[in-house]
Amino acid sequence: MTVTEERVRRPPTRGTTDRRSPRKRGALQRAVGRNLTAYGFLCGALICFALFSWYPMFREIVLSFQQNNFVDPGRWVGFDNFRTVIADPAFAAAWLNTAAFSGLALVIGYAVPFVLAVVLNELKHAKAYLRFVVYLPVMLPPAVAVLLFKWFYDPGAGLFNQALDAVHLPPLSWLDSTSTALVSLVIVSTWMNLGTGTLIYLAALQSIPGELYESAELDGAGLFKRVRHVTIPQTKLILLVMLLLQIVATMQVFIEPYLLTGGGPENATVTVAYLMYQYAFNFGDFGGGSALGLMLMIVLMVFSAIYLRVSREAER
Amino acid sequence: MTTRRRGLSLLLVMGLGLVTASCGSDDQKSAGETDGKVTITVGCMPPKSNPKEREAWEADVAAFQQAHPNITVEGKDAFPCINPDTFQAKLAGGTQEDVFYVYYTDVRKIIEKKQAADISQYVGSVGKVKDLRQDVMSVFKDGEKTYGLPRNNYNMGLVYNRKLFTQAGLDPANPPKTWDEVRAAAKKIAALGPGYVGFGEYSAGNTGGWHFAAELYARGGSMTSEDGKTAAFNSPEGKAVLETLQKMRWEDNSMGSKQLLQWEDLMRMMGGGKLGMMIGAPDVVQSVNNDFKGKFEDYGVAAVPESEGKSSLSGGDGYMFNPKASAEKIKAGLLWLEFHELTPGQGQFNYQRAKTQGRPVGLPIPDLYGNSAPGNEINTLRKQHATVPVDNFTPYVEAQGNITNKLEPPKAQELYAVLDVAMSAVLTRKDADIGKLLSDAESKANKILAKNT
Repeated sequence: MTVTEERVRRPPTRGTTDRRSPRKRGALQRAVGRNLTAYGFLCGALICFALFSWYPMFREIVLSFQQNNFVDPGRWVGFDNFRTVIADPAFAAAWLNTAAFSGLALVIGYAVPFVLAVVLNELKHAKAYLRFVVYLPVMLPPAVAVLLFKWFYDPGAGLFNQALDAVHLPPLSWLDSTSTALVSLVIVSTWMNLGTGTLIYLAALQSIPGELYESAELDGAGLFKRVRHVTIPQTKLILLVMLLLQIVATMQVFIEPYLLTGGGPENATVTVAYLMYQYAFNFGDFGGGSALGLMLMIVLMVFSAIYLRVSREAER
Repeated sequence: MTTRRRGLSLLLVMGLGLVTASCGSDDQKSAGETDGKVTITVGCMPPKSNPKEREAWEADVAAFQQAHPNITVEGKDAFPCINPDTFQAKLAGGTQEDVFYVYYTDVRKIIEKKQAADISQYVGSVGKVKDLRQDVMSVFKDGEKTYGLPRNNYNMGLVYNRKLFTQAGLDPANPPKTWDEVRAAAKKIAALGPGYVGFGEYSAGNTGGWHFAAELYARGGSMTSEDGKTAAFNSPEGKAVLETLQKMRWEDNSMGSKQLLQWEDLMRMMGGGKLGMMIGAPDVVQSVNNDFKGKFEDYGVAAVPESEGKSSLSGGDGYMFNPKASAEKIKAGLLWLEFHELTPGQGQFNYQRAKTQGRPVGLPIPDLYGNSAPGNEINTLRKQHATVPVDNFTPYVEAQGNITNKLEPPKAQELYAVLDVAMSAVLTRKDADIGKLLSDAESKANKILAKNT
């Protein structure tokens, strides 16, 4: 008997049954029994998650309250690791930079893929080709993309300053100045993630019924009015979900400061994830690194909870 | 239903089996200590991508095992030999080698965290230990206890491009001895045209702080007080380090416009042939030759500027022992290290074989023994089989008699991270206030040093 046949034959259990009722327990057993095969198939994924996501997360929580040399059993030190990292002068800078990076990424990077998606959606020709071109940066390994920008940003022979020079503008310091370093990293990050965002928005735009646009056009609405009165209201939830996803992703920024600036100049690009790396791998202080990781995890969990709630709204 | 449950159990068992298989440690495999036989795992075996060195290693293992039939040496290859990202993970996962490779920088931290075995009671069996330079051996000591043995050592000098010196009208046989001379030479090299950098300097990823320490030591300064409890770099010497760099960057324009450089950047620039000078040891020339398309004959090494009669930051690498290694493994490991790393004419000092293989011979490192019988023997062999222009390193070698090797400070990486800020400030901001930068760095460093490890 297949699962589908079983589902057809058995009426779904009513959720209104009293908790203590044996009928309820039986129903639960039946529900579990019915899905046993599915659970079996889930097993592999669950083991992978348990080993590579949940266990490390649990270990991080444990390590953040321990001093551990990975030889002897860890020594419980209460909140000492948290006190240590909070007292670090780079701690405040790291959180401020991370928040600034996320904020700048919203200002610079959040609207760009949406605008691109709208433009691509309006195009009549070469749509597939342009979609491929937009998605191309995503196919590059992040390290390659970042190192490519290292050359773009070179103050002497870099592409960007050459371009500025060509239009008779003064060169910029890009990564080598406290005022432009973080913005430069945001540009890299935006470029790397542009394709994914654009494709998601494009999919959302293509699911908007064409009649709405036709009605708007009949009423004499131009492109901007159509976007304002049809596109944005219809994609509101996707925009919100993407906003939250972007906050969660950008707050974990690591590879850009690690490869491009080493946290400099003058700690202007030290982020929480980068400081966490410094503690764990350069200072050999896994307790401090885990404490930072736990703090970041708590902040991200808040945004993730909001995201899940919004996602549920979106599904309704 | 029963069938389904059985299926589920089977899936679970298979999944767990796979997991167990993938997580199995090789403790059983390497723990072979039966019938007086012992197997040791040793780190830093040259990778297959480095065929000549690998061939030499394998020949050495065969020779060693013939001399010691009860010992099996299992080399573990990796490039680079140590990766800070995986060091702790290997310890936690039980896959750390019995005899593992370390940089001097990490030794103090490893000893403090009790992540290496105390080999004091066994090290006496290594005859060569008594001849090793005290400053080199002190790296692996904590009080009376010994935790490892050196493989390589060097101290910082001035690496320079002889070809560019000639192009700029400078005498490559007479490299700069003071910072004023470095400034003058850097200006001339930078004047060769766009893209030419007279003097390159690090300022990111902790490498800036590392070079700050090297330049401070050379001027006679110290990173910390004698007891290591307070910072000592906010001093006239520390100020001079930053002032000189600031002048070279902004007044002389001889340091290039691109800053926030990290380890590989200067190597690449040196290999590219447009960088005139940098602070570094002779091993820099080796890296530039091996990995960054430079040629031995184009580079020279001199003593670090202002170092006459002063100190130079020393560095190097060596081996320590897994804290869980048995006495038998430690004894076997020491025999291997004595054979492969410490014996003139054998292992790493088998210069005759290196020459036959076409590998570079003649760099003035390692200098593990100083002016002692094994040290002189190694120098003689080195000269006899030299394949690189030894004269290019003469200024460095001649200065060694006057220079005291000075080890890195306690909490080195943390202090370097703090001083990256000062280094990046003077190299990226024309109006950087050196006094404020140093006092800020000092207060941060004092907090770090006061922190109980």
